[in-house]
Amino acid sequence: MESFAFVLTIFVLAIFVGFEVITKVPGTLHTPLMSGSNAISGITLIGAIISAGTQHTTLTTVLGLSAVIFATINVVGGFLVTHRMLKMFQRRD
Amino acid sequence: MQANIVNLAYLLAAVLFIFGLKGLTHPRTAVRGNFLGATGMFIAVVVTLFDKNIVSYELIIIGVVVGGFIGSVLAAKIQMTAMPQLVGLFNGFGGGASVLVAGAALFEVLHMGTHPPTQFTIASGASGLIGAVTFWGSLVAFGKLQGIITEKSVVFPGQKIINSFIAAVGVVLIVWLVLSPTNEITYWLIVAVASILGVLLVIPIGGADMPVVIALLNSYSGLAAAATGFVLNNNVLIIAGSLVGASGIILTNIMCVAMNRSLTNVLFGVMGPTSETATADEVYEGKIKSTSAEEIAMLFDGARRVVVVPGYGMAVAQAQHTVRDMANLLRDRGIEVDYAIHPVAGRMPGHMNVLLAEANVPYENLKELDEINPTFEQTDVAIVLGANDVVNPLARTDPSSPIAGMPILDVDKARTVVVIKRSLSPGFAGIPNPLFAADNTLMFFNDGKKAIIEIISAIKEN
Repeated sequence: MESFAFVLTIFVLAIFVGFEVITKVPGTLHTPLMSGSNAISGITLIGAIISAGTQHTTLTTVLGLSAVIFATINVVGGFLVTHRMLKMFQRRD
Repeated sequence: MQANIVNLAYLLAAVLFIFGLKGLTHPRTAVRGNFLGATGMFIAVVVTLFDKNIVSYELIIIGVVVGGFIGSVLAAKIQMTAMPQLVGLFNGFGGGASVLVAGAALFEVLHMGTHPPTQFTIASGASGLIGAVTFWGSLVAFGKLQGIITEKSVVFPGQKIINSFIAAVGVVLIVWLVLSPTNEITYWLIVAVASILGVLLVIPIGGADMPVVIALLNSYSGLAAAATGFVLNNNVLIIAGSLVGASGIILTNIMCVAMNRSLTNVLFGVMGPTSETATADEVYEGKIKSTSAEEIAMLFDGARRVVVVPGYGMAVAQAQHTVRDMANLLRDRGIEVDYAIHPVAGRMPGHMNVLLAEANVPYENLKELDEINPTFEQTDVAIVLGANDVVNPLARTDPSSPIAGMPILDVDKARTVVVIKRSLSPGFAGIPNPLFAADNTLMFFNDGKKAIIEIISAIKEN
């Protein structure tokens, strides 16, 4: 139970950090914020990698491989499309 | 010892995520911010590859190559106008990944025959539930935005009760999973129930409310990742997931405030007070003044300040580049041109800003509601392009209208208002707009892009 209190503490503190940081994002960047934060939520990829690589049973391996594909689309696509958008905001004539 | 190094690397990744999001607070630092976030992800992934439990890299490589290819093609090819769909789809993939990872972790523990701790089973159930809601909800949102399924609000009697019941079944199933974790089928039942819930939650949400649901699903995808972090006891998942969860909640709230509607009303497709309002005939009869490109070009003679008010119509007509050409032409003649951006214009938060940025419009010219509204009285011409409800003065004047109290752009205070629109059809709120019948309003009935092209050539000839 001690470890649960520990991870819960991290969870709650991270939410506060999130609120503090993201409240300051201006409206003009809301779409890149969504796609960029979405890419970060693809962090599930590291769990997926372990499941796909451990190859515990066929079922967990299949689930792991599918998860790696899903999460990588999320991560790679998310960061790239955010970059593409942000470049447009930076560009000057 | 090795575990320490891994955890320190994860800490570094989490710090980079926070700096990355912080970078997004200004357009100048945003590219670097996104790069920091990607670096954090890269570090987390590389460190994970050294996990001692990994016996084979083949499948990991296959998965990363396939996913990376699909992701980069989508990111490179997508049109800026279709960005809401893409973000919706990515949200869904994130949620789906959480379902699969939590499932795999659960089955692995069950297969080893150990009795999983309560935190583990609660978190697995929560990942399955939130993840599947995110996945299916996002697919429905994608379908609506892509025009595969109706964008209209699909409501049926007892919807709230049915949804609450299904959600309750999901919670009961999680309790069951905690009490009797050895039964694998329970997890799949949770996923199945949550899938139905995901579809039912999004079908009542209509077109113009899409920004809210996209933001909410964004939040869910983060929470699903955080729940998976509780399953794996992994801090970086928890931190990254809660950052995204918080981000999505903030955006959802901004969208709801911008429409003066509660989240519950948006989620159940309910508009504000729905008492009798004037019919379209009463509002428009004999008061509509139709105009032409030549007449609009003449309005610009002697004008000092012009404000463009883009809406979803500009996205549909792909008119952002043409609008920029017109604005540049006006600027060459010494006219000040700004853009008024309503927070819920378009189909996702910041949709208009991205389109105009694509067309090279400097972000300093994109003004938010509070900043632009006091300036409409000093504005000679306001051009409304494909926006409707967000410029409807009824929000200010008629407490019984469905949009009562919604913050609107006060374009009616400009000297002359030009509304470019195909017809007098109502916006999402389904009510007539007295702005179209106002004394200082001219209607230019035309396709958004064609209208601006005609105006441009009329200005050049003038």
